[in-house]
Amino acid sequence: MSWVLVMPIAVPFLTAVVAFLARSYPAGRWISLAGSVLSLVASAVLMAAVLDQGVIAGQMSNWDAPFGITLVADYLAAVMVVITAITGLATAIYALGEIPEETEALGFYALFQTLIAGVTGAFLTGDLFNLYVWFEVMLIASFSLLVIGGGKDRLDAGIKYVALNLVSTLIFLAGIGLLYGVTGTLNMADMREAVANAENQGLITVIAMMFMVGFGVKAAVFPLFFWLPASYHTPYFAISAVFAGLLTKVGVYALMRMFTLVFVGDVGFTHEILIWVSVLTMFTGVIGAAAQTDFRKILSFHIISQIGYMTLGLALYTPLALMGGVFYLVHHIIVKANLFFVAGLAKQYAGDTDLNRIGGLYKSAPLLAALFIIPAFSLAGFPPLSGFWAKYLIVKAAIELDAWFVAFVSLLVGLLTIFSMTKIWGMAFWKPHPEGYDPTPDRAPPKVTRAMITPIAALAAMTIVIGFYPEPFVQFAETAAMQLMDPTDYVTTVLGVQP
Amino acid sequence: MNSIIFTAAARLLVALMFVFSLFMLLRGHHLPGGGFIGGLIGAVSFIVYSLACGPAEARKAIRISPEVIAMLGLGIALLAGMFAFFMGDPLFTGQWYWVGGDSYETSAFSLNTVLVFDIGVYLVVLGGILSLSYAFEEET
Repeated sequence: MSWVLVMPIAVPFLTAVVAFLARSYPAGRWISLAGSVLSLVASAVLMAAVLDQGVIAGQMSNWDAPFGITLVADYLAAVMVVITAITGLATAIYALGEIPEETEALGFYALFQTLIAGVTGAFLTGDLFNLYVWFEVMLIASFSLLVIGGGKDRLDAGIKYVALNLVSTLIFLAGIGLLYGVTGTLNMADMREAVANAENQGLITVIAMMFMVGFGVKAAVFPLFFWLPASYHTPYFAISAVFAGLLTKVGVYALMRMFTLVFVGDVGFTHEILIWVSVLTMFTGVIGAAAQTDFRKILSFHIISQIGYMTLGLALYTPLALMGGVFYLVHHIIVKANLFFVAGLAKQYAGDTDLNRIGGLYKSAPLLAALFIIPAFSLAGFPPLSGFWAKYLIVKAAIELDAWFVAFVSLLVGLLTIFSMTKIWGMAFWKPHPEGYDPTPDRAPPKVTRAMITPIAALAAMTIVIGFYPEPFVQFAETAAMQLMDPTDYVTTVLGVQP
Repeated sequence: MNSIIFTAAARLLVALMFVFSLFMLLRGHHLPGGGFIGGLIGAVSFIVYSLACGPAEARKAIRISPEVIAMLGLGIALLAGMFAFFMGDPLFTGQWYWVGGDSYETSAFSLNTVLVFDIGVYLVVLGGILSLSYAFEEET
């Protein structure tokens, strides 16, 4: 049973090893692609097992919980693993077109597969210290990917990124240390009870806030998001897409996990703070985007504002809100990665990502324009695309709690998102190409654009499918939210005591 | 560094330290030692060599590039962990075959996946540290 849980992590790791050994040959990229396909298969098998049996857990090295490292998958973890594999595959295809051979020879695909392994591991682990280890794996891989290919901009972005993320990891590690001191366990399921029974509840709340800060930096919530817009606009587009899609979501996932499973003793305090953090995150993110004129910088600020919706789903802490949060998480990964892919292709056609220097894409690349509209409107929450259902669930949950102000802000932010998206649309696609800038400095051969447009089209199709046929996805999110609200199943499965 | 004393001493030291690192690797698990500390000592021996003779010479001495050593080690460690699959155990469960007995005290020696895993760790640490230190040395 436990091998179902291991394979989604082991496959990308093994792929990384083989891809690194073959890094100087063209075979390297096909190995990476094959590995991504296998990862998708492995995660689909995991998903099938979870759908069939509910929560599943495996004790690594045969050490019983709570002493060994437990891997565990509930509905939320399973869907995150699947969506990680989908994003990974899309990026592997996109990278075929974008990544130059010199970068490949530096071990690009090995780093990329390690990143995917780290993200998957973070979703699947049931051990707090192991979560820290996966965070480190992600950090090392993502830092290397950020600076690979060289250049002053990338190094500058990389330093900011790694410095702030190291601070967050240290706070997280200190929190783990304190929590271990109080409870004497690192297993998250075991910790739930130990934290509830702890004598010093004041200290537990302090530790909870440390975790909120640590994960908050990772998730880029207000006021800890500075590293994100400083770094996401410099690397290769394939990389910024996978970062935008997955990395911040690991922070959100960790928040969701810890603040539904472990830190639920003082919901009135911790989750109230989270509500205001979420509201401010949504608002500052979208306002920040309005001031930008670079394609990727606008999208980066929008990541921040969208993170607010997800943490809001957690902060409101009702089944409906969590359901909205889970739905939002999945929808946003697909849409946001896709928008960064579009930005990359727009650069191929128009020569830049600064909106003042490009234009006329509607005329020169009508297919790209059509494919941009879908994720952009989905992000803004136009019915019937996936973003509409995600926003609808969150706003409905807020209204049910009579949190009118929160509901108002989330609708207002939706409106401002449309403003940003129409800005990109107007400047990059509609207005004629500005004089004095060469429209096609590095017009790519059709082989390259084909590799780049395939994942864009596939992800756009997924957005439409979720939008027009949301019932199964909503039902899935509902079950995931139920498991988060009442983690009895999770705890008993991990600890192996069936009632 | 152009010191005759250091260069002459390095020749002896490097070999001794490297043998000692293998000794640390092999006595691990039951006694203090293991892949991580062994790998560190092994890396130090090559670093001493590169300080004495220059990084280019040291790279020639290990023949394979340190990055490849590290990645091979990662693969070996992972495969050692995955061997448990054939025995129906979860990932990384140690598999032991005692030769001439049935436990650590009674048997002459044992064949096990734990040592293979440790060799993987040894190579990861050796390759990782060397690729870092050589990069720094070549920079200056």
